[in-house]
Amino acid sequence: MNKILYIITALLLVLSFVRDKTKTKKSLLKAWKSFSHVLPMFLGVLVFVGMIISIINVELISKFIGSESGWIGTLLAGVFGTFAMIPSFVAFPMVKIFLSNGAGYMQVGAFLSTLFMVQLASIPLEIKYFGKSVTILRNIIAFLFSFIVANVVAVVMGVVI
Amino acid sequence: MKILRKYRLFISSLIILSVVFILNKEIGMNSVKTTYKSFKQMMFYIPPVFILIGLLDVWIPKEAMVHLMGEKSGILGIILAFLFGSCAAGPLYGAFPVAAVLMEKGAKFTNILIFIGAWSCAKVGMVLFEIANLGMKFAMTRLLIDIPGIIIIAFLVSAVTSDSEKKRIYDDAENL
Repeated sequence: MNKILYIITALLLVLSFVRDKTKTKKSLLKAWKSFSHVLPMFLGVLVFVGMIISIINVELISKFIGSESGWIGTLLAGVFGTFAMIPSFVAFPMVKIFLSNGAGYMQVGAFLSTLFMVQLASIPLEIKYFGKSVTILRNIIAFLFSFIVANVVAVVMGVVI
Repeated sequence: MKILRKYRLFISSLIILSVVFILNKEIGMNSVKTTYKSFKQMMFYIPPVFILIGLLDVWIPKEAMVHLMGEKSGILGIILAFLFGSCAAGPLYGAFPVAAVLMEKGAKFTNILIFIGAWSCAKVGMVLFEIANLGMKFAMTRLLIDIPGIIIIAFLVSAVTSDSEKKRIYDDAENL
Protein backbone atom coordinates (compact mmCIF):
# COMPACT_ATOMS: atom_id res chain seq x y z
CA MET A 1 0.00 0.00 0.00
CA ASN A 2 2.74 2.44 0.98
CA LYS A 3 4.97 1.49 -1.92
CA ILE A 4 2.16 2.40 -4.30
CA LEU A 5 2.28 5.99 -3.05
CA TYR A 6 5.98 6.18 -3.93
CA ILE A 7 5.54 4.50 -7.30
CA ILE A 8 2.69 6.83 -8.30
CA THR A 9 4.61 9.89 -7.14
CA ALA A 10 7.75 8.83 -9.01
CA LEU A 11 5.78 8.12 -12.19
CA LEU A 12 4.00 11.48 -12.06
CA LEU A 13 7.24 13.28 -11.33
CA VAL A 14 9.01 11.65 -14.30
CA LEU A 15 6.01 12.39 -16.51
CA SER A 16 6.01 16.00 -15.34
CA PHE A 17 9.76 16.30 -15.98
CA VAL A 18 9.45 14.91 -19.50
CA ARG A 19 6.60 17.28 -20.33
CA ASP A 20 8.02 20.46 -18.82
CA LYS A 21 11.26 20.90 -16.93
CA THR A 22 10.68 24.40 -15.58
CA LYS A 23 7.18 23.52 -14.35
CA THR A 24 8.62 20.49 -12.57
CA LYS A 25 11.26 22.63 -10.95
CA LYS A 26 8.56 25.03 -9.83
CA SER A 27 6.52 22.18 -8.37
CA LEU A 28 9.48 20.90 -6.36
CA LEU A 29 10.11 24.38 -5.07
CA LYS A 30 6.47 24.59 -3.99
CA ALA A 31 6.80 21.17 -2.32
CA TRP A 32 9.82 22.39 -0.36
CA LYS A 33 8.08 25.64 0.60
CA SER A 34 4.98 23.83 1.93
CA PHE A 35 7.17 21.37 3.79
CA SER A 36 9.43 23.91 5.48
CA HIS A 37 6.33 25.82 6.45
CA VAL A 38 4.84 22.98 8.50
CA LEU A 39 8.02 21.27 9.71
CA PRO A 40 8.34 23.16 13.03
CA MET A 41 4.75 22.29 13.90
CA PHE A 42 5.21 18.66 12.82
CA LEU A 43 8.17 18.24 15.16
CA GLY A 44 6.31 19.65 18.14
CA VAL A 45 3.25 17.51 17.48
CA LEU A 46 5.40 14.37 17.18
CA VAL A 47 7.05 14.85 20.57
CA PHE A 48 3.68 15.45 22.26
CA VAL A 49 2.21 12.35 20.62
CA GLY A 50 5.21 10.28 21.70
CA MET A 51 4.70 11.33 25.30
CA ILE A 52 0.94 10.69 25.25
CA ILE A 53 1.33 7.19 23.82
CA SER A 54 3.99 6.34 26.42
CA ILE A 55 1.80 7.37 29.33
CA ILE A 56 -1.11 5.22 28.10
CA ASN A 57 -1.66 1.93 29.93
CA VAL A 58 -3.70 -0.60 27.93
CA GLU A 59 -5.01 -2.79 30.76
CA LEU A 60 -6.06 0.11 32.92
CA ILE A 61 -7.86 1.71 30.01
CA SER A 62 -9.71 -1.50 29.10
CA LYS A 63 -11.12 -1.48 32.62
CA PHE A 64 -12.31 2.10 32.35
CA ILE A 65 -14.01 1.54 29.01
CA GLY A 66 -15.44 -1.91 29.75
CA SER A 67 -18.68 -3.07 28.14
CA GLU A 68 -20.49 -2.43 31.44
CA SER A 69 -19.17 1.09 31.79
CA GLY A 70 -22.13 2.59 29.93
CA TRP A 71 -22.28 6.25 28.94
CA ILE A 72 -19.57 7.30 31.33
CA GLY A 73 -17.19 4.77 29.83
CA THR A 74 -18.17 5.92 26.34
CA LEU A 75 -17.56 9.54 27.26
CA LEU A 76 -14.19 8.59 28.79
CA ALA A 77 -13.29 6.66 25.64
CA GLY A 78 -14.24 9.67 23.52
CA VAL A 79 -12.13 12.02 25.61
CA PHE A 80 -9.28 9.55 25.54
CA GLY A 81 -9.45 9.36 21.73
CA THR A 82 -9.35 13.15 21.56
CA PHE A 83 -6.14 13.38 23.54
CA ALA A 84 -4.43 10.42 21.92
CA MET A 85 -2.89 10.68 18.51
CA ILE A 86 -2.15 7.19 17.40
CA PRO A 87 -1.65 6.19 13.77
CA SER A 88 -4.39 3.85 12.53
CA PHE A 89 -2.00 0.95 11.99
CA VAL A 90 -1.34 1.05 15.73
CA ALA A 91 -4.88 1.94 16.75
CA PHE A 92 -6.69 -1.04 15.23
CA PRO A 93 -4.49 -3.74 16.78
CA MET A 94 -4.63 -1.76 20.02
CA VAL A 95 -8.44 -1.71 19.95
CA LYS A 96 -8.38 -5.45 19.36
CA ILE A 97 -6.40 -5.76 22.60
CA PHE A 98 -8.84 -3.41 24.34
CA LEU A 99 -11.75 -5.59 23.22
CA SER A 100 -10.11 -8.81 24.38
CA ASN A 101 -9.42 -7.12 27.72
CA GLY A 102 -13.12 -6.47 28.19
CA ALA A 103 -13.69 -3.10 26.52
CA GLY A 104 -17.15 -2.58 25.00
CA TYR A 105 -18.02 -1.94 21.34
CA MET A 106 -19.80 1.31 22.10
CA GLN A 107 -16.79 2.59 24.02
CA VAL A 108 -14.33 1.44 21.39
CA GLY A 109 -16.49 3.03 18.67
CA ALA A 110 -16.34 6.38 20.45
CA PHE A 111 -12.60 6.03 20.98
CA LEU A 112 -11.81 5.28 17.32
CA SER A 113 -14.11 8.00 16.04
CA THR A 114 -12.66 10.79 18.18
CA LEU A 115 -9.17 9.43 17.61
CA PHE A 116 -9.55 9.92 13.86
CA MET A 117 -11.71 13.02 13.67
CA VAL A 118 -10.76 15.07 16.72
CA GLN A 119 -7.06 15.54 17.22
CA LEU A 120 -6.13 17.81 20.03
CA ALA A 121 -2.43 17.56 19.29
CA SER A 122 -2.78 18.78 15.71
CA ILE A 123 -5.20 21.61 16.56
CA PRO A 124 -2.44 24.26 16.47
CA LEU A 125 -1.63 23.14 12.94
CA GLU A 126 -5.29 23.07 11.93
CA ILE A 127 -5.76 26.61 13.27
CA LYS A 128 -2.88 27.74 11.11
CA TYR A 129 -4.76 26.62 8.01
CA PHE A 130 -8.42 27.02 8.99
CA GLY A 131 -8.44 29.71 11.64
CA LYS A 132 -9.65 29.38 15.22
CA SER A 133 -13.42 29.36 14.84
CA VAL A 134 -13.62 26.77 12.04
CA THR A 135 -11.13 24.50 13.79
CA ILE A 136 -12.90 24.63 17.14
CA LEU A 137 -16.31 24.22 15.55
CA ARG A 138 -15.26 21.26 13.41
CA ASN A 139 -13.66 19.49 16.36
CA ILE A 140 -16.64 20.03 18.69
CA ILE A 141 -19.18 18.80 16.13
CA ALA A 142 -16.96 15.82 15.27
CA PHE A 143 -16.64 15.03 18.99
CA LEU A 144 -20.42 15.00 19.43
CA PHE A 145 -20.89 13.03 16.21
CA SER A 146 -18.54 10.35 17.57
CA PHE A 147 -21.17 9.37 20.12
CA ILE A 148 -23.66 8.74 17.33
CA VAL A 149 -21.02 6.51 15.72
CA ALA A 150 -20.53 4.76 19.07
CA ASN A 151 -24.24 4.09 19.39
CA VAL A 152 -24.66 2.74 15.88
CA VAL A 153 -21.58 0.52 16.22
CA ALA A 154 -22.92 -0.78 19.55
CA VAL A 155 -26.33 -1.59 18.06
CA VAL A 156 -24.93 -3.29 14.96
CA MET A 157 -22.24 -5.26 16.79
CA GLY A 158 -24.64 -6.10 19.62
CA VAL A 159 -26.97 -8.01 17.33
CA VAL A 160 -24.31 -10.64 16.71
CA ILE A 161 -23.12 -11.23 20.25
CA MET B 1 13.77 35.50 17.41
CA LYS B 2 11.75 34.54 14.35
CA ILE B 3 13.11 30.99 14.43
CA LEU B 4 12.37 30.77 18.14
CA ARG B 5 8.78 31.80 17.47
CA LYS B 6 8.43 29.36 14.61
CA TYR B 7 9.66 26.50 16.74
CA ARG B 8 7.86 27.46 19.95
CA LEU B 9 5.63 24.35 19.98
CA PHE B 10 8.63 22.09 19.43
CA ILE B 11 10.66 23.84 22.10
CA SER B 12 7.86 23.67 24.66
CA SER B 13 7.35 19.98 23.85
CA LEU B 14 11.04 19.36 24.53
CA ILE B 15 10.81 21.21 27.85
CA ILE B 16 7.81 19.10 28.92
CA LEU B 17 9.65 15.98 27.75
CA SER B 18 12.59 16.82 30.01
CA VAL B 19 10.19 17.27 32.94
CA VAL B 20 8.69 13.85 32.15
CA PHE B 21 12.23 12.45 32.10
CA ILE B 22 12.98 13.85 35.55
CA LEU B 23 9.70 12.49 36.96
CA ASN B 24 9.88 9.05 35.36
CA LYS B 25 12.89 7.88 33.41
CA GLU B 26 11.12 4.87 31.90
CA ILE B 27 8.21 6.88 30.48
CA GLY B 28 10.73 9.44 29.24
CA MET B 29 12.71 6.79 27.38
CA ASN B 30 9.51 5.32 25.92
CA SER B 31 8.42 8.78 24.79
CA VAL B 32 11.69 9.27 22.93
CA LYS B 33 11.36 5.85 21.32
CA THR B 34 7.76 6.43 20.23
CA THR B 35 8.58 9.90 18.96
CA TYR B 36 11.45 8.47 16.95
CA LYS B 37 9.15 5.80 15.51
CA SER B 38 6.49 8.31 14.46
CA PHE B 39 9.23 10.60 13.14
CA LYS B 40 10.41 7.77 10.91
CA GLN B 41 6.82 7.17 9.83
CA MET B 42 6.41 10.85 9.05
CA MET B 43 9.64 11.01 7.06
CA PHE B 44 8.32 8.12 5.01
CA TYR B 45 5.15 9.93 4.00
CA ILE B 46 6.56 13.39 3.60
CA PRO B 47 8.47 13.12 0.29
CA PRO B 48 5.61 11.73 -1.82
CA VAL B 49 2.86 13.80 -0.16
CA PHE B 50 4.65 17.11 -0.62
CA ILE B 51 5.89 16.30 -4.12
CA LEU B 52 2.28 15.51 -5.05
CA ILE B 53 1.19 18.83 -3.53
CA GLY B 54 3.76 20.58 -5.69
CA LEU B 55 2.70 18.74 -8.85
CA LEU B 56 -0.96 19.40 -8.09
CA ASP B 57 -0.18 23.08 -7.71
CA VAL B 58 1.69 23.36 -10.97
CA TRP B 59 -0.28 21.06 -13.26
CA ILE B 60 -3.94 21.37 -12.26
CA PRO B 61 -5.25 24.63 -13.72
CA LYS B 62 -7.42 26.69 -11.45
CA GLU B 63 -10.33 26.57 -13.91
CA ALA B 64 -10.36 22.76 -13.79
CA MET B 65 -10.46 22.71 -10.00
CA VAL B 66 -13.20 25.36 -9.90
CA HIS B 67 -15.17 23.27 -12.37
CA LEU B 68 -14.66 19.97 -10.50
CA MET B 69 -14.80 21.07 -6.86
CA GLY B 70 -15.77 24.74 -6.93
CA GLU B 71 -18.93 26.62 -5.91
CA LYS B 72 -21.08 25.12 -8.64
CA SER B 73 -19.65 21.59 -8.57
CA GLY B 74 -22.66 20.11 -6.73
CA ILE B 75 -22.76 16.40 -6.03
CA LEU B 76 -19.81 15.68 -8.32
CA GLY B 77 -17.71 18.00 -6.17
CA ILE B 78 -18.79 16.21 -3.00
CA ILE B 79 -17.99 12.79 -4.46
CA LEU B 80 -14.63 13.93 -5.82
CA ALA B 81 -13.68 15.59 -2.52
CA PHE B 82 -14.55 12.41 -0.66
CA LEU B 83 -12.68 10.14 -3.08
CA PHE B 84 -9.68 12.43 -3.09
CA GLY B 85 -9.50 12.37 0.72
CA SER B 86 -10.01 8.64 0.99
CA CYS B 87 -7.23 7.90 -1.51
CA ALA B 88 -4.77 9.73 0.72
CA ALA B 89 -2.18 8.13 2.92
CA GLY B 90 -0.65 9.36 6.15
CA PRO B 91 -1.80 11.15 9.27
CA LEU B 92 -4.43 13.91 9.33
CA TYR B 93 -1.93 16.72 9.72
CA GLY B 94 -0.74 15.91 6.20
CA ALA B 95 -4.18 16.87 4.92
CA PHE B 96 -3.95 20.54 5.90
CA PRO B 97 -1.24 21.59 3.40
CA VAL B 98 -3.15 19.75 0.66
CA ALA B 99 -6.33 21.56 1.70
CA ALA B 100 -4.48 24.86 1.36
CA VAL B 101 -3.59 24.07 -2.26
CA LEU B 102 -7.20 23.07 -2.96
CA MET B 103 -8.36 26.41 -1.54
CA GLU B 104 -5.84 28.24 -3.66
CA LYS B 105 -7.26 26.47 -6.71
CA GLY B 106 -10.78 27.54 -5.87
CA ALA B 107 -12.37 24.43 -4.37
CA LYS B 108 -15.57 25.05 -2.43
CA PHE B 109 -15.30 25.33 1.36
CA THR B 110 -17.69 22.44 2.09
CA ASN B 111 -15.72 20.27 -0.33
CA ILE B 112 -12.48 21.11 1.47
CA LEU B 113 -14.09 20.05 4.77
CA ILE B 114 -15.38 16.84 3.17
CA PHE B 115 -11.87 16.17 1.90
CA ILE B 116 -10.50 16.66 5.44
CA GLY B 117 -13.20 14.40 6.87
CA ALA B 118 -12.55 11.62 4.37
CA TRP B 119 -8.82 11.87 5.00
CA SER B 120 -9.41 11.65 8.75
CA CYS B 121 -11.58 8.55 8.87
CA ALA B 122 -12.30 6.94 5.53
CA LYS B 123 -8.93 6.31 3.92
CA VAL B 124 -8.91 3.17 1.81
CA GLY B 125 -5.76 1.77 3.38
CA MET B 126 -7.11 2.47 6.82
CA VAL B 127 -10.44 0.73 6.19
CA LEU B 128 -8.65 -2.32 4.76
CA PHE B 129 -6.51 -2.51 7.86
CA GLU B 130 -9.58 -2.08 10.04
CA ILE B 131 -11.30 -4.99 8.27
CA ALA B 132 -8.22 -7.14 8.88
CA ASN B 133 -8.17 -6.31 12.59
CA LEU B 134 -11.76 -5.77 13.67
CA GLY B 135 -13.76 -7.52 10.96
CA MET B 136 -15.86 -6.50 7.98
CA LYS B 137 -18.98 -5.76 10.02
CA PHE B 138 -17.29 -3.31 12.38
CA ALA B 139 -15.37 -1.52 9.63
CA MET B 140 -18.35 -1.21 7.28
CA THR B 141 -20.64 0.03 10.06
CA ARG B 142 -18.19 2.75 10.97
CA LEU B 143 -17.61 3.69 7.34
CA LEU B 144 -21.33 3.83 6.47
CA ILE B 145 -22.15 6.09 9.40
CA ASP B 146 -19.03 8.21 8.86
CA ILE B 147 -19.80 9.05 5.21
CA PRO B 148 -23.04 10.98 5.90
CA GLY B 149 -21.44 12.28 9.12
CA ILE B 150 -18.53 13.83 7.25
CA ILE B 151 -20.85 15.53 4.76
CA ILE B 152 -23.22 16.83 7.46
CA ILE B 153 -20.33 18.17 9.55
CA ALA B 154 -18.91 19.93 6.48
CA PHE B 155 -22.19 21.68 5.72
CA LEU B 156 -22.82 22.54 9.37
CA VAL B 157 -19.38 24.11 9.84
CA SER B 158 -19.67 25.96 6.54
CA ALA B 159 -23.16 27.26 7.36
CA VAL B 160 -22.06 28.69 10.70
CA THR B 161 -18.88 30.26 9.32
CA SER B 162 -19.29 33.81 7.98
CA ASP B 163 -18.29 34.68 4.42
CA SER B 164 -15.68 37.13 5.64
CA GLU B 165 -14.07 34.41 7.79
CA LYS B 166 -14.05 32.06 4.79
CA LYS B 167 -12.47 34.74 2.65
CA ARG B 168 -9.80 35.29 5.29
CA ILE B 169 -9.03 31.55 5.39
CA TYR B 170 -8.76 31.42 1.58
CA ASP B 171 -6.54 34.50 1.53
CA ASP B 172 -4.28 32.98 4.15
CA ALA B 173 -4.04 29.76 2.16
CA GLU B 174 -2.62 31.70 -0.76
CA ASN B 175 0.12 33.13 1.41
CA LEU B 176 1.22 29.80 2.86
